[in-house]
Amino acid sequence: MKEIKAFIIKDIRYELRKQSTINGLILYMAAIVFIAYLSFLHVYAIDENTWNALYWIILIFASMNAVSGTFVNENANRQYYFYLLAKPRSIILSKIAYNAVLVLMLSLLSYLLFILFMGNKAQNQVMFVLNIILGSTGLSAILTFVSAISSRTDNNFTLMAILGFPLLLPFLLILMKIAACAISGNAWDTVILYFLLIIILDALVLLLAIILFPYLWRD
Amino acid sequence: MKKNVWKILSVVLLVYVIIAGFLGPIPDLDIVHQTIRNLYFHVCMWFVMITMLSISVVNSIQYLARFNLEKDTVAKEASLIGIFFGMMGIVTGMIWAQFAWGTWWINDPKLNGAAVGLLVYFAYMVLRKSLDDPHKRARISAVYNIFAYVIFILFILVLPKLSGVSLHPGDGKESIMPVMSMDNSLRIVFYPAILGWILLACWILNLRIRYIKVKNKIDT
Repeated sequence: MKEIKAFIIKDIRYELRKQSTINGLILYMAAIVFIAYLSFLHVYAIDENTWNALYWIILIFASMNAVSGTFVNENANRQYYFYLLAKPRSIILSKIAYNAVLVLMLSLLSYLLFILFMGNKAQNQVMFVLNIILGSTGLSAILTFVSAISSRTDNNFTLMAILGFPLLLPFLLILMKIAACAISGNAWDTVILYFLLIIILDALVLLLAIILFPYLWRD
Repeated sequence: MKKNVWKILSVVLLVYVIIAGFLGPIPDLDIVHQTIRNLYFHVCMWFVMITMLSISVVNSIQYLARFNLEKDTVAKEASLIGIFFGMMGIVTGMIWAQFAWGTWWINDPKLNGAAVGLLVYFAYMVLRKSLDDPHKRARISAVYNIFAYVIFILFILVLPKLSGVSLHPGDGKESIMPVMSMDNSLRIVFYPAILGWILLACWILNLRIRYIKVKNKIDT
C-alpha cells in the first residue's frame, strides 16, 4: 500500500513538473469536441442518441491517447530500477489508479464541454456522473493493461488501438446503456443492475491485471 | 488403430450428418422452413469455435505455469482454427440470415458478439506477428489471450441480456440454447453434428501441431 502511494505521488510530481501531457490532453479534448460541434452545425439540434454516442466515442479516443504513454514514457533503465525495487502488483495498481484519475478528469471535462457546446442532455446528472466515475476505473484498468502489453512491442500505438477497442466494447456498451437511462431520466431501480454489472466488471479486470501483470513485467 | 478411433468416428459422424442433414425428416416450421437444416452446420461452428478458444486459453495458462514452448504452439494453432470456424459460422449464418430475415447482416447481439470475438483474436494474431523473440512472444501473447478470453466470454454472456431482443431463438428468459424446444427429428442429427465437428477440429489441430514440430526439426 505504501509502495502504491509512493508510485502515485511520483507519477503526479513527474506530471506536474512536465505539464505537457495534461495540457496536451485538455487541448485535444477541446479540439475534438469543437470539431464534433462544427460538424453537426447543419443539424438543428443533436438528439439524445447522437449526443450519447459522440460523448463516449470521443471519450475512448481521448482516454486511449492519455493512457497509451504509461509504460513508454519511462525509459528502460528506470523501469529496471522499479523492477528491482517494487512488487509488480503495486506498479500496475498505482498506474491504474493514476490513469483512472486522468480518465475521470477527461470525462468530466468533456462533459462540461458537451454542456457548453451541445447543451446538457442528461436529465439525471447524478446518475450520469456516477456512471462516469465507475466507468473510468474500468476503462483505465483495461487500457493500462493493454498499454503494458503493447509497450513490449514496436508499433505501440496501432497495437494498443487494435488490442484495446474490442476489449473495451462490453464495458462501453453497459456505460452507454446507463448513460442513455440517465439522459432519458429513468428511475434509479431500472439501472441498479447495470451499476452492479459495472462494479463486477471493474473488480474482474483489476483481478486479472494483478494476476497477469507479473508475467509482462519480468524481462 | 486404437489411437485413431476418434478420427474415424469424426468422419463417420460427419458423413451421417451431411446425408441425414440434407435428406432426413424435419419439422414444418414457420419462416425458416427447409433452411432449418443449416442448424447442423451453422450452430455447430460456434460450438467448435468456443471449444478451440478454450483449448487455446488452457494452453496459454499452462505455458505461463511451465514456460514450455510447445504449449504456446498449441495455443496459437487452436486459436487459429477457432478463428477459421468462427468465420465459417459467420458465412453460414449470413446465408441463413439472407433466407430467413432477408438480409446478410443485421444488428443483433449474437452477430455483434461473433464480430467482436473475431476482432479480438485477429488482434491476438497481429500481436504475435509484432514480437520476434519466441519466448517473449509466447509469454506476452499468452497474457493477452487469457485477458481477452475472459472478457470475450463475459461479453457474449452479458450482451444478449443487455440488448433485450435478439432474432435468434432462445434468448431472454429461456435457456441459452433452444434445445429444450427442439424437435426430436432435429436432435438425432444435431447432437452427433456437434461432436463430429469438434472431433474434426481436434484432428486439424493435431495435424497442424505435428506439421509444425516436423518443420521446426527440419529448420534446426
